[in-house]
Amino acid sequence: MHIMEGFLPHPWWEMWFIIAIPFIAYGVYKLTKITKKIPEALPLLALMGAFVFVLSALKLPSVTGSTSHPTGTGLAAVIVGPAITSVLSLIVLIFQALLLAHGGLTTLGANVFSMGIIGPIVAYMIWLTCKKMRLSNSVGIFFAAALGDLLTYIVTSIQLAFVFPTGTGFFNAFLKFSGVFAITQIPLAIGEGILAVMLFDFLAKYKGQLLDKMKVIKLPQSKTVQETAKQ
Amino acid sequence: MKARYYIVLTAVLIALFVTPLLVAPSAEYSGADSAAEAAISDTGYEPWFSPIWEPPSSEIETLLFSLQAAIGALVIGYFVGYERGKRAKT
Repeated sequence: MHIMEGFLPHPWWEMWFIIAIPFIAYGVYKLTKITKKIPEALPLLALMGAFVFVLSALKLPSVTGSTSHPTGTGLAAVIVGPAITSVLSLIVLIFQALLLAHGGLTTLGANVFSMGIIGPIVAYMIWLTCKKMRLSNSVGIFFAAALGDLLTYIVTSIQLAFVFPTGTGFFNAFLKFSGVFAITQIPLAIGEGILAVMLFDFLAKYKGQLLDKMKVIKLPQSKTVQETAKQ
Repeated sequence: MKARYYIVLTAVLIALFVTPLLVAPSAEYSGADSAAEAAISDTGYEPWFSPIWEPPSSEIETLLFSLQAAIGALVIGYFVGYERGKRAKT
């Protein structure tokens, strides 16, 4: 659930655009680089875009008695990197703003920031941390996808609390908005984590060498090659 | 067993989204964004810009959301089928 059209007054909406634009520009740069360097990664980019497309179209019921949708950006961040994920999110957000009156054009900058920048960056950092802790890939993907999803909505709550302190201050407003967005999101985030693990398992099995080349995972063979090269 | 692993994951997924409907069957299940919209409107705020186009009815909106999901699912299904088929051949 994104910030609705017209719900960020001046100067907030401009500010989020200014913050989001450099990330998008870097994402476009990375996108052109990867298509030149690893052209066989193109279907993977389409797959990640499709994953974001499906998940952000599913409005799911939650224990709070309201509905929201997952983001699908965590898995994309791990596989194609957070920068390219920003571009994928931008495409989905424009689609939803123009055709579904969901989110908005004036709030696009803020929504790209929460869904396409902070969510993916956090997901990617969680993935790296899990890898460092030598947790299994599945565990890493689960936490990256679930927490990246949740973070997106926490950021949305913060963005709204900045603008609408509702008389009782920023923190109370944040609690109010996160009560609406983040609590609703918890079961959805868990669901997204599970779906991401399922798709990742498939990719690891069928596209292991490509993921190895993209430095997402290390295949045992290439590990031994590197080790023998070192000696 | 790999199959059992996927059955368990799928069962958890279904349970996650059926539970709310069982626990709170009479809740409204409107979007979390409309709840936020209501909270903001309570402060007296008037949105300064409205969507340039809105789906004329909730049916059309549902249609477009399903279309979005269908496009995504189509690409995922194509990819998964293509890779499996390729491997089965060799």
